[in-house]
Amino acid sequence: MTTAQIPVKSRTAKPWTPSQIVLTLLGVVVSLVWMAPLAWALFTSLKSETEAVEVPPHWLPKAWTAQAWKAIFDTGNITDWFVNSLVVSVCVTTVVLVVSALAGYGFARTEFRGKGALLALVMTGLMVSPAVLGVPLFTTVQQMGMVDTYWGMILPQCAPAAMVYILYKFFQGIPRELEEAAFIDGAGRWRVFFTIVLPLSRPSLAAVGIFTFIASWNNFLWPYMVTNNPDLMTMPNGIATVMNSYGIQWAQLMAGGLMAGLPLIVVFVFFQRQIVAGVAHTGLAGQ
Amino acid sequence: MSTTSAETALVPARTRDIAVAGRTDSLRDRMGRRLQHGGWFIAPFLALFVLFVIWPVLRGVYLSFTDANISGVGANFVGLDNYREALDDPLVWDSLGHSAYFTLLVVPCITVLAFLMAMLAHHIERAKWLWRLCFFAPFLLPSTVAANLWQWLFNPGTGMVDHVLGIETPWLTDKAYAMPAVVICTLWWTVGFSFLLYLAALQAIPDHLYEAAKLDGANAWHRMLHITLPMLRNITGLVVALQILASLQVFDQAVVMYDFQPGPEESTRTFVQYTLEEGFTSYRVGYASAISIIFFVIIASVAFARMWLLRKREEGAR
Repeated sequence: MTTAQIPVKSRTAKPWTPSQIVLTLLGVVVSLVWMAPLAWALFTSLKSETEAVEVPPHWLPKAWTAQAWKAIFDTGNITDWFVNSLVVSVCVTTVVLVVSALAGYGFARTEFRGKGALLALVMTGLMVSPAVLGVPLFTTVQQMGMVDTYWGMILPQCAPAAMVYILYKFFQGIPRELEEAAFIDGAGRWRVFFTIVLPLSRPSLAAVGIFTFIASWNNFLWPYMVTNNPDLMTMPNGIATVMNSYGIQWAQLMAGGLMAGLPLIVVFVFFQRQIVAGVAHTGLAGQ
Repeated sequence: MSTTSAETALVPARTRDIAVAGRTDSLRDRMGRRLQHGGWFIAPFLALFVLFVIWPVLRGVYLSFTDANISGVGANFVGLDNYREALDDPLVWDSLGHSAYFTLLVVPCITVLAFLMAMLAHHIERAKWLWRLCFFAPFLLPSTVAANLWQWLFNPGTGMVDHVLGIETPWLTDKAYAMPAVVICTLWWTVGFSFLLYLAALQAIPDHLYEAAKLDGANAWHRMLHITLPMLRNITGLVVALQILASLQVFDQAVVMYDFQPGPEESTRTFVQYTLEEGFTSYRVGYASAISIIFFVIIASVAFARMWLLRKREEGAR
């Protein structure tokens, strides 16, 4: 992380050794290969539908046009999907942060009967996902009458055993002395939690929040299972099911895909350090 | 967990005094007070966890012994019939094989690729943010968008992959190339995550190790072999474990690339896809639950195997 903060002036100090030249060239080549599909999506979205499917394919549009972009806004419900995605991801992230911070602290710092057993249960919960137990989860949600509702999309994403575990590990690492001092001064559990523990754990909470948001924004399987109504779909789901269903219009499909993917990529450009730290932190917690 | 020492240190001074001084406090009162605190902290999570994790698991087990359909009415108890049928169902084995094949291809590729990319990004001194951005950006796309994009890139005739490489490979239409196409899409899309884990691990290796080795006359190759690789052992274990668990559960890319069909000659039908077909297309919820439970057992065994390996290594280190 420190590397990102290196000021510009240090750049001039680094010599262009032969190995650096080779490595940088290699980096450029790999980056180009990795970015090419995204560039291809962008260029395709700026072609007309007929030009997009010309054989052989060519990179740049001969006639640049925003036709496909206009079409997805005019005809489809892509704006609805965008708003739905935003609502679902924001709700999921908020609930997950609150719920897992509380539970992580509860497991790390309070004692109650059955804590060990409960913690083991949560660990087992790490292995349950809509991919593994989708059908029983669906029938459960169906029983609750939440199929084709926001609740049905949001709530099942809000019980992330993994995030509880990550914050539990983190809270365990906070020195107890800090909390004890506050207890002696007469602060209650809740006050200690809000005024001491939470401010200290801002980086971990940010990591969990960022990771949850990315996962929820990109989640396809569960929204796909639980919604049939095109007005309620999220971006990944709407693009994959509705836009793919009546003969694919490639330029429009690419435009839609970019609209689903670009917000996170733009955010990433600005908050790179936090996101990199967040993803690495969340992943590394699995160690 | 050292519960006893934790308790004394944790319980507020006031409560501790009461507990020590006044034996009038019954054990139950004390437990109750703690339960109250801990209980309230955990309650919201527990409620969601029970409703959307525990209950579906129990329900899945129950349904797996019935012939329930999607409507949920009129389910009969059929004992082990579903499980017996699953063992004889060639599609169970086929789809399990496809998921396993996918995992077998993805895991080694992604691990090696992520390591190499991390080494590259770690050792280039200029524009570090740029390499991170380029290598990681695809991970931020929804799976379905990545799949559509590669479906477009592999599209016969108009596909850029064949055009750039000057080949004519029937990526999406031939059984032999169908799964590798999904694998390539997955590599491009998800390698960024493992790449970041490796990068973080590389940055955490203390510089003095390398300096000491340099003084001892170790060349770059030796330093890599005797410092970098051993220091990356834990992270490699993590990357491999996470990738195995995620790859066995592959669904999104495979279905989107093949238009929600099982692919050429049904060669890309994954296990998750099969459970959903049984549950939502054939409406056989009981049977779908049974094969989901089998799948759950497989996933759990992999996870437990990893825990067991980690514990064994820890014991070995002691």
